[in-house]
Amino acid sequence: MLEPARESRNPKPETTPDYFQVFGLVRKLTLDPAELEKEFYAQSRKLHPDRFAGKSVEEQEWATEQSSLLNDAYRTLKDPIARTEYLLSLEGVNMEEQSRSASDSARASGTEKKQVVPPELLEEVFEMNMQLQEMKMAHQMGEEPDAETQQGLEASRANFQSKLSGIDEDLKAQWTRWDAVVDCGAADGTIGAEVRDAMVEVLNRRSYVRNLVRDVGAALDG
Amino acid sequence: MAENERIVGIDLGTTNSLVAFMQGDHPVIIPGEEGANLLPSVVALEVHATKGERIIVGNRARNVLIQRAENAIYSVKRLMGRGAEDVQEELKFFPFRISGGDGTVLKIQLGGREFTPPQISAYVLLQLKKNAERYFGAAVTKAVITVPAYFNDAQRQATKDAGRIAGLEVLRLVNEPTAAALAYGLDKQRDGIVAVYDFGGGTFDISILKLHEGIFEVVSTNGDTHLGGDDIDNLLLTIAIDEIKSDLGLDIRKNGEAIQALRKSVIEAKVALSSAPSATIDLELEGGKRYQREVPLAVFEEMIEPILQRTMQPCRQAIKDAGISLEQISEVVMVGGSTRIPRVRKLVTDLFGLGARGKQPHTELNPDEVVALGAAVQANILGGGSIATENMLLLDVTPLSLGIEALGGVVSKIIQRNSTIPASATEHFTTGVEGQTNVAVHVVQGEREMAGDCRSLARFDLKGIPPMPAGIPRIEVKFLIDANGILQVSAREQRSGKQAQIEVKPTYGLTDEQVEKMILDSFDYAEDDLTKRQVIEARNEAENLILHLEKAKKSAAWSAISEQERIEVTALESELKSDKELDDYKLIRESIERLDKASRKLAELMMDTAVSSAMKGQTMKEAGEKMGDAPNAPHPFAPAEIETKG
Repeated sequence: MLEPARESRNPKPETTPDYFQVFGLVRKLTLDPAELEKEFYAQSRKLHPDRFAGKSVEEQEWATEQSSLLNDAYRTLKDPIARTEYLLSLEGVNMEEQSRSASDSARASGTEKKQVVPPELLEEVFEMNMQLQEMKMAHQMGEEPDAETQQGLEASRANFQSKLSGIDEDLKAQWTRWDAVVDCGAADGTIGAEVRDAMVEVLNRRSYVRNLVRDVGAALDG
Repeated sequence: MAENERIVGIDLGTTNSLVAFMQGDHPVIIPGEEGANLLPSVVALEVHATKGERIIVGNRARNVLIQRAENAIYSVKRLMGRGAEDVQEELKFFPFRISGGDGTVLKIQLGGREFTPPQISAYVLLQLKKNAERYFGAAVTKAVITVPAYFNDAQRQATKDAGRIAGLEVLRLVNEPTAAALAYGLDKQRDGIVAVYDFGGGTFDISILKLHEGIFEVVSTNGDTHLGGDDIDNLLLTIAIDEIKSDLGLDIRKNGEAIQALRKSVIEAKVALSSAPSATIDLELEGGKRYQREVPLAVFEEMIEPILQRTMQPCRQAIKDAGISLEQISEVVMVGGSTRIPRVRKLVTDLFGLGARGKQPHTELNPDEVVALGAAVQANILGGGSIATENMLLLDVTPLSLGIEALGGVVSKIIQRNSTIPASATEHFTTGVEGQTNVAVHVVQGEREMAGDCRSLARFDLKGIPPMPAGIPRIEVKFLIDANGILQVSAREQRSGKQAQIEVKPTYGLTDEQVEKMILDSFDYAEDDLTKRQVIEARNEAENLILHLEKAKKSAAWSAISEQERIEVTALESELKSDKELDDYKLIRESIERLDKASRKLAELMMDTAVSSAMKGQTMKEAGEKMGDAPNAPHPFAPAEIETKG
């Protein structure tokens, strides 16, 4: 059950390293998952609380703190999307569209989270929504949707699925740009800002398309 | 505390419990008094005409269950960390009387007293602790206890509390399927992805692990903490009760003893069906009536299919969450007594597509024992490791997402399920009204969208916020799930830098003070048990001494002592033989002392002349031990030397 953690005996404020620093990495986005895993295992062997079971309470608490930071860092960095979002938050970008609080308040007030439909998708999204509507109506009547609707939705799923893969490629291209910017030490400059904006745009587009894939998947697979 | 104190591994099961430890490079189960590895997780009140009431555990408690059902409690694991309103469905099958409600910890009536589920579990743990102490001949105060992987925070905390009440420091709670993987991994030492299907008496878990150079990384877990062999028993029980009513015109639902006898017969039939094509449920009833029902295997399998199917969805979810394909899972390990059912093995083989790959699920280790063995391995790792375990490390996950209730009752998830633990999240809170000094936070666990559909863990107040205009205070709350899967919370007001006070109201749990009080309670009650143990120990010692003496009588030393001495020793020996049968350990000890003294000279003579000079002053018992007659290795019946606190 919940219990207040003991106050730190050491009141002097410590600055927590960021997730890249935990792994001794610079803030670059292209990274080798196998290397990351290797480092994660190596650090876990040193920091996990199991290694401190016979030690003092302070040392055990320290191990718990350190390994939770390591685990949080690994979880975030190994996931390409979480890694990009995390980097952007470190760089001071407010990811309004992605923010959990935005979706929470949208859900609470029963409204759809405001998302801008990327213009090039307008037509396809409109068509898929029509098909989803038809399917919903068929279900309400207790009937199976007609084959055309079914096929149309299958096609939409495949279409958006391939778009999602395309977006992931776009994102990787932005990573490469970003990493180059970091190498030049230009992250604070105009080019840095421009790459960050581009990444925000890709992430927004991705989040939108991913939701489409999810919705059509839920409708098709029940 | 001794530097090299043994840490035991405990499987606190729904139906049976076990205690194990690492002997050399292999984990072994510590048997109980009767030599059995399994201790039935049954706690009963024994009412004695002259000695009054006392708590008994295990097989004897199981007998009480059949004779006086209201005096026994079983399957208490299903009630751990739960409120009375959660368990109404279960109560249909339990003869227990339960009280408590509205989000408070439930209480079970036994005799004239009320017990919380952790207290009942503590009696089981206490028995295991005693078994281990008897085995080692030394006190045992530290343990690793296993829990179902899908146990929530409250269920985990309740298990930890049970350990504390039993006088055990719980060094780690380990998830059962993970423990099983450790036990298997110790033998295999192979890298790859492994699924553990753990279908026990009351709970079901599925865990998928990645094994890499001694690291056991859980990638996903899923399960149902209310799905197990109990459900199969209850289904058969319900059918039988209905048939007894319609065929024989007897309503046995209110007859606790008849229900338990029927339950026993149903379980026997279930077990038989794992190896026989048919079994019979047989029950003698009042008025010479008798219920006999033949259950062919095909009928049994059809009946239980819906229950077995309930294990499939968690498996699919775990595979999906792991983000892997079926072919990547190289091994499937079967754990828990219910995996003995051939139909279960078939379903698992099919689900993981093992047949097509020419594979079989692993059943080499006894499915009842593998979890305890794994707990012993983890205990060894925590104790500093050995050559066998030095490379091993467990990285487990939290089975359920952690969230806080946000505006409108929706859940805002802050730590996702299947996150490696320890895991943490930091959230910021502020005030909604000017001058507000408290903020209430509601923490829940579960996957549902609305807080009302999730498990409430705790509500807490952030207090002592400096009065400021609305929205200005910035309270940082840190949520940390520790290596046991238990949540800790700390808070800080950032603008003032003040540590905010947190007043936590656990939804279904005990406060520290309550647990503290229970520790004393259980020791009061355990006094009878303690006396009994001392009698057994004294008796064992007496038997040892008699054994040595019989040997001495056959040696040359016997004729070397005087006639007078021989008569005295023989008389005292026959005295001890009758004294040891009494239930008074002090009397037995005195009798041992007298015989030991009288046979001192004999003991000396028994030694070789050269040795005897060095051993002068040794008693019979010591001489015998030096000669290698007495057990010098840990032995199940070795006399325990336990300091008892007055």
